[in-house]
Amino acid sequence: MSEFRSASFSRMVIQRFRQDRIATICFIMILILFMIAIFAPFLANNKPVALKYQGKFYFPLLFKYRQFVSTDFKELAQKLTAPDFAAFPPVPYSPTEYDLMSVLNPPGKDHWLGTDDRGRDVLSRMIWGSRVSLSVGFVAVGIYVLIGIFLGAIAGYYGGKMDVILSRLIEVMICFPTFFLIITIIAFLPPSIYNIMIAIGFTGWTGVARLIRGEFLKIRQTAYVEAEKALGAKDLRIIFRHILPNALAPTLVVATFGVADAILIESALSFLGFGVPPPTASWGELLSQSRSYIDFAWWLASFPGIAIFITVTIYNLVGEGIRDAIDPRLKET
Amino acid sequence: MRSYLIRRLFLMIPTLLGITLVTFLIIQLAPGSPAELKIRMDQAGSLGEQYTKEVIEQTKKLYGLDKPIHIRYLIWLKQVGTLNFGNSYKDHRPVMKIIMERIPVSLQLSFISIFLVYIFALPIGVFSAIRQKSAADRIITVILFILYSLPNFWVAMMLILFIGGGQFFHWFPVYGLNSEGAENFPLWQWLIDRLWHLALPVACLTYAGLAFISRQQRAALLEVIRQDYIRTARAKGLTEKMVVFKHAMRNSLIPIVTLAAALFPAMLGGSVIIESIFSIPGMGKLGFDAILARDYPVIMGDATISAFLTLIGILIADLTYTLVDPRISFEAKK
Repeated sequence: MSEFRSASFSRMVIQRFRQDRIATICFIMILILFMIAIFAPFLANNKPVALKYQGKFYFPLLFKYRQFVSTDFKELAQKLTAPDFAAFPPVPYSPTEYDLMSVLNPPGKDHWLGTDDRGRDVLSRMIWGSRVSLSVGFVAVGIYVLIGIFLGAIAGYYGGKMDVILSRLIEVMICFPTFFLIITIIAFLPPSIYNIMIAIGFTGWTGVARLIRGEFLKIRQTAYVEAEKALGAKDLRIIFRHILPNALAPTLVVATFGVADAILIESALSFLGFGVPPPTASWGELLSQSRSYIDFAWWLASFPGIAIFITVTIYNLVGEGIRDAIDPRLKET
Repeated sequence: MRSYLIRRLFLMIPTLLGITLVTFLIIQLAPGSPAELKIRMDQAGSLGEQYTKEVIEQTKKLYGLDKPIHIRYLIWLKQVGTLNFGNSYKDHRPVMKIIMERIPVSLQLSFISIFLVYIFALPIGVFSAIRQKSAADRIITVILFILYSLPNFWVAMMLILFIGGGQFFHWFPVYGLNSEGAENFPLWQWLIDRLWHLALPVACLTYAGLAFISRQQRAALLEVIRQDYIRTARAKGLTEKMVVFKHAMRNSLIPIVTLAAALFPAMLGGSVIIESIFSIPGMGKLGFDAILARDYPVIMGDATISAFLTLIGILIADLTYTLVDPRISFEAKK
């Protein structure tokens, strides 16, 4: 029975979410962003996707060929004659490919969004940089949702001393200047994307924990939990099979907004120079580079910022969409 | 009231202890001690391995880094008990003195920002709520949403690029708090110079809070307007103006006031980046520079004082609660 009911609730939520046109469009945009991140090598690379050379087919993006180890494919492509061809990705530059002949070029025919101070293609670096932003957002929030659920469930379900201790811990964490703490952690550890994920994950869980605790306190007193207890169910079973599923919907909302926040924090860290180690591209790192050329290189400062802004906005809009879909009464206000 | 205040002040102690302990553990357990960093910077490998090791040991002893970590924390705590945060590793000045110089700057920034947030956000929220679903309301909602999602460091860069002497106009200064030689200006000129310098950083710190509070105010007012007593007020023939401003708005303010407590830590945190970008000598930039230089005493002092200010901010917001809503009282229920 409970199985059936929860399925119909989520179906209802999905249906309501679909009726929200803006949220649906934003959700599709998030999927497209993930596609861009996953297929970055096929979108921006200096190797051809397919190459017909001396009558034979090669796929240098997918496989390594011994004869092409140190080949410059662009030079090769220019020498190719009629039946032979080389099909490059839409952005035929790799994110780490230096071109000292075209340093700090404004957007143009060759480099759609211009080049940076080492002649690297900005669009290519942005496409590859999406991998950093999206994965940090996703993993960091994943970490803190797990921590938050765990601690919140313990505090809310058992109450008493556990609740007092954990609530105090949450209060301490909330008062903490979080961003300062994250910078401290990141600055003192070697630069890596995993450290950023962990730092955000370990500082961000308070919101989820408070929410889950509140939901547990509420649900713990309902008749069906009492019935379950009377039937002799173990605590773990009650927590995970009966209470948690009912508390997950609001958590999803918090998590979606959290991803937006995490992406902002990651880009801010990269902007301050604590991000992924070079030469890996990330949006914040591109912005941080642009600080030195702010008096003329507007393209370096504008496009990565727009990318961050759009990503954050669509996550926030999806969050709002989910919230309205879960509780349509909120929408009227 | 007094007993409540005393209890709250006492409850701050464990919270502060927790915060300092976490910060202490992070900076002390991380690789790369300040002693090694200092040696590396001072002598850049010109000395023999053996000798360097000896110097490192000596430096560690000088800074008290040779003792085990829990002893170090206790020593630090004992010092703080007398409001002494030790001396900066960088210039050997007392940390308390450095922080005292920086606090007014940071408070200036955050107070002006919070003041501006409320001055603009409340009317926007109310306007938007009483014109709910009109074109104006829709446009305001979209603009607020955009403001809310803009990363503040990017906005800072864009402001510098467009109106801060970047590529286009040079209307605002983007460096420091005052022009050079401002201390000789007459007062009004000094004030204008200061405000001119604060314009861009304050704008960067303000707009997100503005968007947040406006949205909350709109939602809160709409929530109140649906209440029965508003229907009663309308039914007995009060003017709409009276209903909105006298009956609805006052009640909608209660949740909004406490949000100032949430804004305050966000401002202190956000100022790390904004102060660094605009080279403003506040607490944020102090902490940031100290982290880069591995200046342990300054990091600890900055974190402690920031946390303390945040706690005070939250306490003040809770106390204002009683001012806006006399029904709420902190005395124990009989």
